[in-house]
Amino acid sequence: MYQFAKWKYWLVILVMLFGIVFALPNVFGEAPALQLSRNDRKPMSEEDSTRVLGVLKGESITFDTSYLEKDRMVLRFAKNDNDQRTKARAAILKGTGGDYLIALANASRMPDWIRHIGLKPMSLGLDLRGGVHFVYEVDINAAITQSLESLASDARTLLREKRIPYDNVTLENNVLRVTLRSASDLKAASDALKTSDGGYDVKTQNEGVGAYIELRLTPAEIKRRQDLAVQQNITTLRNRIDELGVSEPLVSKQALNRIEVQLPGVDDPNEAIRVLGATATLEFRLVDMNGNAYDAERTKRVPIGSKLYKMRQDGTPILLKREIVVSGDQLTDAMPGFTEGLPSVNVKLDARGGARMLKTTRENVGKRMAVVYIEQKRLAEGEVCKGTRSGNDCVEEEVISAPTIQGVFGQSFQITGLMATEASELSLLLRAGSLAAPQAIVEQRSVGPSLGQDNIDRGIRAMLIGLVLTFAFMAVYYRAFGWIANLVLVSNLILTVGLLSMLQASLSLPGIAAVVFHMGIAVDANILIYERIREELRMGNSPLSSINIGFEKAFATIADSNVTTLIAGVVLFAFGTGTIRSFAIVMTLGILTSLFTSVIGSRALVHAIWGNRRKLDHLSI
Amino acid sequence: MEFFHKVTTYPFMHTRRAWYGVSIAAVIASIVLLFWHGLNLGIDFTGGVVLEFAYPAPVNIEQTRGALSKAGFEAQVQHFGDDRSIMVRLLPHQGQDVNAVSAAVTDALKKVTPEVELRRAEVVGAQVGDELTNQGGLAVLFTFILIGIYTWFRFQWKMGVSAVVATLHDPLLIFGFFAVTQIPFDLSCLAAILAVIGYSLNDTVVVFDRVRENFHSMRKASPEAVMDASINQTLSRTIITSGATLLTVGVLLVEGGETLRGFSAALTIGILVGTYSSIYVAGALALDLKLNARDLMKIEREKEVDAMP
Repeated sequence: MYQFAKWKYWLVILVMLFGIVFALPNVFGEAPALQLSRNDRKPMSEEDSTRVLGVLKGESITFDTSYLEKDRMVLRFAKNDNDQRTKARAAILKGTGGDYLIALANASRMPDWIRHIGLKPMSLGLDLRGGVHFVYEVDINAAITQSLESLASDARTLLREKRIPYDNVTLENNVLRVTLRSASDLKAASDALKTSDGGYDVKTQNEGVGAYIELRLTPAEIKRRQDLAVQQNITTLRNRIDELGVSEPLVSKQALNRIEVQLPGVDDPNEAIRVLGATATLEFRLVDMNGNAYDAERTKRVPIGSKLYKMRQDGTPILLKREIVVSGDQLTDAMPGFTEGLPSVNVKLDARGGARMLKTTRENVGKRMAVVYIEQKRLAEGEVCKGTRSGNDCVEEEVISAPTIQGVFGQSFQITGLMATEASELSLLLRAGSLAAPQAIVEQRSVGPSLGQDNIDRGIRAMLIGLVLTFAFMAVYYRAFGWIANLVLVSNLILTVGLLSMLQASLSLPGIAAVVFHMGIAVDANILIYERIREELRMGNSPLSSINIGFEKAFATIADSNVTTLIAGVVLFAFGTGTIRSFAIVMTLGILTSLFTSVIGSRALVHAIWGNRRKLDHLSI
Repeated sequence: MEFFHKVTTYPFMHTRRAWYGVSIAAVIASIVLLFWHGLNLGIDFTGGVVLEFAYPAPVNIEQTRGALSKAGFEAQVQHFGDDRSIMVRLLPHQGQDVNAVSAAVTDALKKVTPEVELRRAEVVGAQVGDELTNQGGLAVLFTFILIGIYTWFRFQWKMGVSAVVATLHDPLLIFGFFAVTQIPFDLSCLAAILAVIGYSLNDTVVVFDRVRENFHSMRKASPEAVMDASINQTLSRTIITSGATLLTVGVLLVEGGETLRGFSAALTIGILVGTYSSIYVAGALALDLKLNARDLMKIEREKEVDAMP
């Protein structure tokens, strides 16, 4: 008779063991926990752990276990014991003087030895555990305009340095045009501009109107700068989320100019939006010492090359030069502090910003330089914009201080003119990084924790009922073979859960639905085989050869029919986002596992049970 | 237990012309309904705001609607699942601050019932919705192209065309169903449709596989007899599999809650329609495209070589 290769038995046993081990962490459930990390972002050490535990002991707060994991400390409490967690959080905040960032989290209740091997339960999507999901759209064109504006100011400086007389430098439709006094300077001027920065197309023109040079960014450079802007916004968002203290946040680029943010466990989306969306940044500009700000405000006529601002403290007008000395993206560090008894922000600039600052201060000692605080926001209906409005975007710009430049300074200096709380908030925002380009929320979803739990309960109930019904159906219809199909179905579920846990692909409600839907599909392979076996039996073949022929003949059909479903799954994965992706992953994994379990696993079982019987004249099918 | 003790011999293909009529009528009706009624598209596609609130006690919709319109919101309000939950939906307004909206709506409802709990908030920009619609369409298109190519290579072009037509037929009827019932069509419904495409094709492939085999073994029989025999031989499997799948999907429909209602409805309809279409659209069409034994002979030989496990 047909010999079933030994190694196939071993393969089945091995794969099943692997599935069971990886699926194991999911059976223990979760409990409320706290995740602690150090404020200075150094990894948590044993000393930190002892210190925290000491505080908890002092307050006689009970918890289940504590351990260090990936630079963080996890404190897990008894199941559903949110009270102790709340108390513990308050106690640690008070007892350690805010040295640690504390995030509310859920931790698996699996035993330590499983954790030590590095196994993890499935990662649940936001619709299952509650949380906030945002998609930001970055205004990448603004990033381009900003960089051209800084080029314009560079060009002015450069031409002045080279003593090349020019009429004006204008920026229109992302084309920078430098109009020169005389055509004879064209060559010298374009050479000077070429060396200033790469990535520009330089075009010289000598017409009746006058000689001018046009600079525009090359398409490759535009792409590079747009990517850079999105990347910097992502970094900034990550930093700000770290300051928020969220466990397992996710920040990722979604499309060319979209950023997806997922904050599990955050109940209040508005709090998160406020901190993430605060697009505060600083700019440094020279004060226009010639113009009269009060006149300009009254007559609404601002001198060319200047811009009218208001002081933050009292609203008095002030005229600043249009040229930006240093902008927010050149800031590298900001710490709150005190300078001569006044609250201040100690600022550090990058090399380029430092060089510019050095040069500007050297040339302008005795003049004043203004620190402009810029806040960008999207207006709600009926909200008034105090600054400049374009569409529904509002940019509010205020001068926080405009001190006289006392001496030359470069990369690091202090800003005063703020209240102590403002200084620390501003430095937090500056330290977390500024956004390279404005961004707005285009999609937001939040699921409360109670709905998440409801969804889990519903999903599990649907899965169990589906399982029981399928079991009953298969057992009644195919008897002993039906139980094999049921066993195969269970191993299929275990393998799928194991794979999902291993890949850490997030499981959402449609993912659970895919598991339920898939149970029907998964038994299909067995149905195909059993119907074939019955057919062979009806034709008068012996039970053993019926089994063999049934498996052989059904295989091609199973493979063909599964490939088509696989195609649908892969396309769904490629085009879908978020929850749909979860559906696609489960569907695809399910097909792969069911191919294995029904074709190899089920055959191994059938052979183990019936294959070695000498005489077999009846099959329970 | 066994429903089919003997292989049945229903003359399926004999009545195929009448079923063409049924299929064509259903497809036309679906298309007309689709244009006339349109789909009740969810905010995934249209953009807008959806908020779900839970109340401690049954809540009156009219009252809630009144409270919202007093606060200046033109919102759709309906019960969601049970009479203690409501869903508020607002269409997108140009550049409106979405967070302000959800906060303002919550405030307005809290004024009436302070214990109301915001369970879910979804805000999708109109532009995102448009993109999603395009992407969804693309996904369906790609699935068809890939599946067409696969069946063409694996079987034969006549069977490929028939399979694709049958799989086109199914989503159209599902769209028709959604247009009639006005069940909200969201992203998960689209996923269900793609799953149905896979499922329906799965069914078709099982029949076609048998057709290929039978053309080989029933050399003397007419193509119509071969098709009938193949459908009859696989009928037991077709019904049992549909039954088992419908069983689990039925559980989703009943137990999955309001969020999965559209999804599981699409799957249920899809399984029924998909089973039908693999017989009376795919099988019948292949026959009328004059599929014969010679079409499959060459492929058959190749299969012997490359399809062994």
